[in-house]
Amino acid sequence: MQIPFTVAPRPDTGVNNAKLGVWLFLASEVMLFGGLFSAYIFLRIGAPEWPGMVGGHAYERASDILNVPLATLNTMVLIGSSVTMVMSWASLAMQRFDRYRLYMGATIALGFVFLVVKAFEYGEKFSHGYLPAENNFLAIYFVLTGLHGLHVIGGILVNMYFMWPGARMWKTDPKRFTNRIEIAGLYWHFVDLVWIFLFPTIYLL
Amino acid sequence: MSDTGHSIEEIKKHVRVYMFVFASLAVLTVVTVVVGYLELPFAPALIVALLIATVKAGLVAAYFMHLVSEEQIVRWLVWLSLGLLLAMFLILSVYYVDQGGTEIFGF
Amino acid sequence: MADHAAVPEGHHGEDGHHESFWRKYIFSTDHKVIGIQYGITSLLFLLFGFSLVMLMRWQLAYPGQPVPLIGWLFSDDTMPGGVMLPEFYNQLGAMHGTIMVFLGIVPLAVGAFGNYVVPLQIGAPDMAFPKLNMASYWVFFVGGVIMLGSFFVPAGAAKAGWTSYAPLSVIESMGQTMWLISMVFLITSSLLGAVNFLTTIVQLRADGMGFMQMPFFVWAQFITSFLLLLAFPPLEAAAVLQLSDRLLDTSFFMPSGLVVSGEVVDVAGGGSPLLWQHLFWFLAHPEVYVLVLPAMGIVAEIIANNARKPLKGYKVLVYSLVFLGFMSFIVWAHHMFITGMGQVMSTFFQTTTMIISIPSVIILTALFLSLWGGSIRFTTPMLFALGFLPMFGIGGLTGLPLGLAATDIPLHDTYYVIGHFHYVVAPGTILALMGGIYYWFPKMTGRTMNDTLGKIHFWGTLVSMNFIFFPMLIQGLAGVSRRLYDGGQIYAHAQDVLVYNEVMSIAAWVLFVFQIPFIVNLLVSMKKGKAAADNHWNATTLEWSAAPSPPVGHGNFRDLPTVYRDPYEYSHPDHDEDYWPQDVPPAEASEN
Ligand code: HEM
Ligand SMILES: [Cu+2]
Repeated sequence: MQIPFTVAPRPDTGVNNAKLGVWLFLASEVMLFGGLFSAYIFLRIGAPEWPGMVGGHAYERASDILNVPLATLNTMVLIGSSVTMVMSWASLAMQRFDRYRLYMGATIALGFVFLVVKAFEYGEKFSHGYLPAENNFLAIYFVLTGLHGLHVIGGILVNMYFMWPGARMWKTDPKRFTNRIEIAGLYWHFVDLVWIFLFPTIYLL
Repeated sequence: MSDTGHSIEEIKKHVRVYMFVFASLAVLTVVTVVVGYLELPFAPALIVALLIATVKAGLVAAYFMHLVSEEQIVRWLVWLSLGLLLAMFLILSVYYVDQGGTEIFGF
Repeated sequence: MADHAAVPEGHHGEDGHHESFWRKYIFSTDHKVIGIQYGITSLLFLLFGFSLVMLMRWQLAYPGQPVPLIGWLFSDDTMPGGVMLPEFYNQLGAMHGTIMVFLGIVPLAVGAFGNYVVPLQIGAPDMAFPKLNMASYWVFFVGGVIMLGSFFVPAGAAKAGWTSYAPLSVIESMGQTMWLISMVFLITSSLLGAVNFLTTIVQLRADGMGFMQMPFFVWAQFITSFLLLLAFPPLEAAAVLQLSDRLLDTSFFMPSGLVVSGEVVDVAGGGSPLLWQHLFWFLAHPEVYVLVLPAMGIVAEIIANNARKPLKGYKVLVYSLVFLGFMSFIVWAHHMFITGMGQVMSTFFQTTTMIISIPSVIILTALFLSLWGGSIRFTTPMLFALGFLPMFGIGGLTGLPLGLAATDIPLHDTYYVIGHFHYVVAPGTILALMGGIYYWFPKMTGRTMNDTLGKIHFWGTLVSMNFIFFPMLIQGLAGVSRRLYDGGQIYAHAQDVLVYNEVMSIAAWVLFVFQIPFIVNLLVSMKKGKAAADNHWNATTLEWSAAPSPPVGHGNFRDLPTVYRDPYEYSHPDHDEDYWPQDVPPAEASEN
C-alpha cells in the first residue's frame, strides 16, 4: 500500500503531507508557548513589582539579575544556526551533499553551544541559590527557558538523525530527503523564533 | 514554496537573501540590547522590544521558513493560530484590568 | 460481492500472512486496527468510569452505610468496613470525570470512530502518517495506565476534581502528580492524532471529493481536530506549570499568604489560582465541543441514511460547524462568572456564549428537518440517533441559563450544572456513539448486531438515563451543591429533594443492567452475527459503497474510488434506486 502525496505535493493544496503535518504541529506549538506567555503576562500584570525580591534584594530590572551579554551571545548563536540550517537545505537543493554535511554539522554544533551557554547561565543562578521557588520571576525564567531548551534538545536530536543515519536516504530518494531537511528546518526556525520573543521579554523588560 | 523544481540559479538568489536576513537579524539583536540598556520607562521599552522582536520573527518566518512563497493553506494556518494567540493575550489582559484596581503595565 | 463476511477476520490483504501477530494486532499501523484498539480501550474505560460512579451513587443514596456485596473488597484506607471515606469519594469523583472525558468519550469519538471511518469515507488507503497513528494510540494507552495506576500510590488518586483547580490541586497528595503526568501523555496523544486527521482530510480525499462533497461526519472530525490541535496546548502549558508548582515549589498558582490547616504555606506566593482556571477552561470549553461534534456527525450520517433523504441544508450545517469551532475559543470564561470578573469581560463572555448557541441550534434544527417527509426506517442506529436529538436539546437549553451571569451565579457549582452537562454527554453523546457502533459494526466485522437486543438496549438506556439526570436538575435548582459526600443530607435546604438521591442511584444501576444486552450483543455478534452485505444499509458514502465489509487489509479499497456527487443523494429523482453512491459513475448508474 502506498500513501499518496508523501513526496510530491497534492495539486490542489500545493503541499505534501509531511509539510502540512509539520505546519500543523507548529500551530499547536504556537499555542503551547502562547499559553506559557499568557501565564507570564497574567502573573506579571498582577505582580506589585517585577522582578521583585530575589535573594533578599528588591530588584528593579530583570537585566540586573540575568546575564544579558550571555543571552545576547545565545541569540546570535541561534540565529546563526538558523542560517546554517537553511543553507543545509539550499545545499541539497543545489545537489551539493558535501556542503549539506558541513552546514548541518555547523547547525548541530551551534545547538550544542547554545545549550552549553545556557547550562553555564543556569549554573551561575544555582550557585547564588537562585532557584525557581525563589519568586515568580525566576519561576517564569526557568520554566520558559527550560521548555525552550527541551525544544532545542529535540531539534538537535532530529538534526543528528538527518546528519548520520537518516542521510542514507540521499542516495535512494534525494527528493524526499531534501523535503525532510526543509521540514526539520521549519521546526528549527520555530525554536529560534520562540527565543526571539523570549529574549527581550524575559531578559530585557 | 512548493517542492517542485528549484533551479540552481533560483537557489543562489535565495542564498543571497538569507545572508541579508542574517545581517538584519544580527543588527536588530544589537539594537534590542542597546535599547535595553537605555533604561527607558516601561511602556516605550515594551513597545520597542516587541516591535523589534516581531520584525525579527517576521523575517525568520518569511524567508527561512519560506512563508513569502508558501501555499495559501499554510498561510491560513499561520494566521489562524496567530489570531487565536492574540485573542488569548488580549482577553487575559483585559480580564485583569477590568477587575478594577490593577493597571496594565502602568498605562 | 457480498461474501467476504464468511472469511475469518484479518485474512484479507495480500500481504496479510507475512505479518506477525504483533505487527498485525498490537503495533499495527493500519487505521482500522488502531481504530478498533481505541474502541476497545475506550469502551473499557467508559465501563470503568461508570463503575466508579455506581459506587459513588451508593454513598449518595445511603450515606454512611456499608456497600453491600463488594464493600469488603476494598482496603481500609478507602472503605473501612465497606463504608466509603470522604477522601475516597473525592478520588472516585475526580477520576470519574477525568476518565469519562479524556479516556472514554474523546478516544471513542475521535480515536475510534475518527480513525476507522474517516479514511474510508474520504476514499483514502490509510491515514497520512500511519506510524504516528500507532504512536498516538500507545501514548494514549500509557497515559491511561498512569491514570489508573494513580489509585495505588500513597493517599490514592487525584481528589481535586476533573478541573484540578489550584491551589487545592497543588497541595494535594501524589495522585495529583500522576494525574498531571497522565494528562501530558493524553494531550500529546491527541496532538499526534489531530495532526494526522487534519493532514489526512486535507491531503488524501479521493479524486473528485471537494470539501463540500465530504460527508458531514468528516467535517465534524475536521473541526474537532482543529479544536484538539489548538486548544489542548495551553492546558499542556498549564499542566507543566502545575507540575512545577508541585515538584519545584514554584508559585504560579499559589497566592501569597495562603493558609492551609491553620498554617501559612511556605511558598514564595504571588501566583494566581485564576490563571489555572483561565488556562484550564481555554481548553475545556472547546473540549465540550470535542465531546459533541463527532456525535453530531454520527447522528447526521445515520439520519440521512435512515430517512432516505439528503441532509437538510448541508452547506448551512457545515458553515455552522466552522463558525462554532471559531467561537468555541472565545467563550471560556463563562465558567468563571463568579471569579469576580468585571462588567466588560462579563458582557463579552455572555454575548459570545449566546452567539455560540446559534450554530448549535441551527445544526439541531437542520437534523430535525432532515426527518421531514422522509420514509424513515426505524433501525437500531436510527433509534439512537433520534434519541440524541431531544436529549442534546435538553442539554443545550439547560446550558443557556449557565451562560448568563445573573442566572449562573446562583446555579454555579450546583447539581444543576451536573445535570446540564450530563444531558449533553451521556444521553446526548453516548447515545450517538452507541448508535455509531450499531451503524458501523457491519462494516467493521462483516456481521450485523441483533436488532431485538439493540432495541432493549436503546429503550432501557434512554429511560434510565433520564431518571438519573433529570432529578439532578431539580436538586440543583433547589440549591444542592455538586461534589457533596453525603448527597446534601446536612443541609436544611436540601431536605425536600433528598428523595431523588435514591431514585437516581437505582436508575444508575438499572442503566448498568441495560448495558448487559449491549455487551452480549457486541461479543456474540462478532462471531455469530448474520452476515452483512458490503453496503448493508444501502448507503451513499464511500465506506459503504466502495469498500467491502470489512475493508481489504492494508489499503482499504480494491481500487481507490473516484467521487462524482454529493454525499447524501438519497431518493434522487434521476436515479431509480433510492440511493446513489458517491462513487458510481453517472453513465452506468445501477451497477454496484
Ligand atoms: C452514564 C452514567 C453516568 C452517571 C450515573 C454519572 C454520574 C455523575 C455524578 C453523580 C457526578 C457528580 C459527582 C459529585 O458531584 O460528587 C458526576 C460528575 C461528573 N461526570 Fe458523570 N455520570 C455519568 C456519565 C458521565 C459521562 C459519560 C461523562 C463524560 C463526559 C461524565 C462526566 C462527568 C464529569 C466531568 C463530572 C464532574 C466531576 C467533578 O466534579 O470533577 N459523566 N457524574
Ligand atoms: Cu464552556
